[in-house]
Amino acid sequence: MKVLVPVKRVIDYNVKVRVKADQSGVDLANVKMSMNPFDEIAVEEAVRLKEAGTATEVVAISMGPEQSQETLRTALAMGADRAIHVVHDGELEPLMVAKMLAKIVGEESPDLVVLGKQAIDDDANQTGQLLAGLLGWGQGTFISKLKIEGGAISVTREVDGGLEKIGLKLPAILTVDLRLNEPRYASLPNIMKARKKEIAKKSPADLGVDTTPRLKTLKVAEPPKRQGGKKVGSIAELVDKLHNEAGVI
Amino acid sequence: MAILVYADHNNQELSSATLNAVTAAGQMGGDVTVLVVGEGCDAVAQAAAKVQGVAKVLLAQDASLKDQLAENVAPLIAKLAEGYSHVVAPATTTGKNIMPRAAALLDTQQVSDIIAVESADTFIRPIYAGNALATVQSSDAIKLITVRTTTFAPAEAEGGSASVENVDGTGDAGLSTFEGAALSENERPELTTARVVISGGRGMQSGDNFKMLEEVADILGAAVGASRAAVDAGYVPNDYQVGQTGKVVAPELYIAVGISGAIQHLAGMKDSKVIACINKDEEAPIFQIADFGLVADLFQAVPELKGELEKQGIQAR
Repeated sequence: MKVLVPVKRVIDYNVKVRVKADQSGVDLANVKMSMNPFDEIAVEEAVRLKEAGTATEVVAISMGPEQSQETLRTALAMGADRAIHVVHDGELEPLMVAKMLAKIVGEESPDLVVLGKQAIDDDANQTGQLLAGLLGWGQGTFISKLKIEGGAISVTREVDGGLEKIGLKLPAILTVDLRLNEPRYASLPNIMKARKKEIAKKSPADLGVDTTPRLKTLKVAEPPKRQGGKKVGSIAELVDKLHNEAGVI
Repeated sequence: MAILVYADHNNQELSSATLNAVTAAGQMGGDVTVLVVGEGCDAVAQAAAKVQGVAKVLLAQDASLKDQLAENVAPLIAKLAEGYSHVVAPATTTGKNIMPRAAALLDTQQVSDIIAVESADTFIRPIYAGNALATVQSSDAIKLITVRTTTFAPAEAEGGSASVENVDGTGDAGLSTFEGAALSENERPELTTARVVISGGRGMQSGDNFKMLEEVADILGAAVGASRAAVDAGYVPNDYQVGQTGKVVAPELYIAVGISGAIQHLAGMKDSKVIACINKDEEAPIFQIADFGLVADLFQAVPELKGELEKQGIQAR
């Protein structure tokens, strides 16, 4: 079984995001970038499938600037076998990413594509579902458990009301939620080994996908600031403030 | 212009999230049609027909639609969408699962999780866990949109008198099967619509200790939530999680207990009207956004809170 894992390079989740003064976007200059945390979980799951003998090959894919290579090296150090880098500067909307992934799926013929359920930069939560729709494959989204037996998959999904189980035919698309696994840290020997693994380069033009955005970002603004920071000295004072001053209880 | 709203429901009841989506759809300008997809859900369609601002209800029912599997529902949405300028769904896990798949079939770049409608083609949506707000304009002919329910007031559930029209499904795609659900049962209000929410974090130290919060919740008529840390630690189930990737809540009062206030948690609750917190670490970031912060050991403070509420005779509203 071949598994593809798309990974995205995003602002590290610990970084406090700053909006640019001209409201054209957020400031990415000199900011620490990392692999999207949900994608780390996807890589981990794919590598575990390989370690369990279920998967035979794990291929990581990233789309973005030259530096996205670093993100791919992380995936390779975690255990992916090889990588594909679609080099592109500038914005890529989820639909365009999904279209390019669909083309790569056509070339690679995987049995499974495992993605993070959302990227923590645009918070769109779309790419996996879009890809499944484009390919006409089944989709298991927001999964916290995965079982593969023969040609069938059973997944547990985290939904608003609790948990849901669905069965899927292969090939299929999976998007992973936080509690599927705990991603490993790459060991130094594996980081060294990853340097020798192959990263194939492509362009959106190679894949025949038009990357013209459909959405125009008119403005990126800071959210209104909360005026917090007041402290109370006791529970009695807290209840008094909530009851008499704020009037919320 | 006409707008199609995908109804969120469980075959028995129309969820309140649908009412928020109807309000958002109304702001886009045009007649609002609600699409109810499921099986044995006539009562849901009847409820949708009574919602104010709804001009028509489309009802698609068959066995393949019962569990609203994305593979079977998305083609139906894509087929019906041709007659509409917008398709809108609440950003519940159902809407998030189905809508992008329909967007793929329609070759549309969906706008996710909008918090405001600027005009028929321009919307505001949070990015970076709500640390920035992007205003985006869509150039797609049919706009697909999911709506953050907490920022749109619910439409009136009564007073409308829309007609209900039956439509056919597109059949079973044969890609997926529903194998079952384990849904949390509790008598308390739903997290996303509760007037008061009390949430616990890692500081709670165990699932049993959440009983303390439940006792306070029962006095105030509150829902109980949790931070990711508390869910990851197994104290409470996943549907308790408030945050960037869990539920987004905006109650009148949010009480954070033993929660440090990680960015991804704040993303799910910082639009609450009043925020109170109890934490023994006075350096915890939650204090910076709390209207009323109490530095205290929660194991003393929470029982004391319960006692004080009882003493004052404060009850659920």
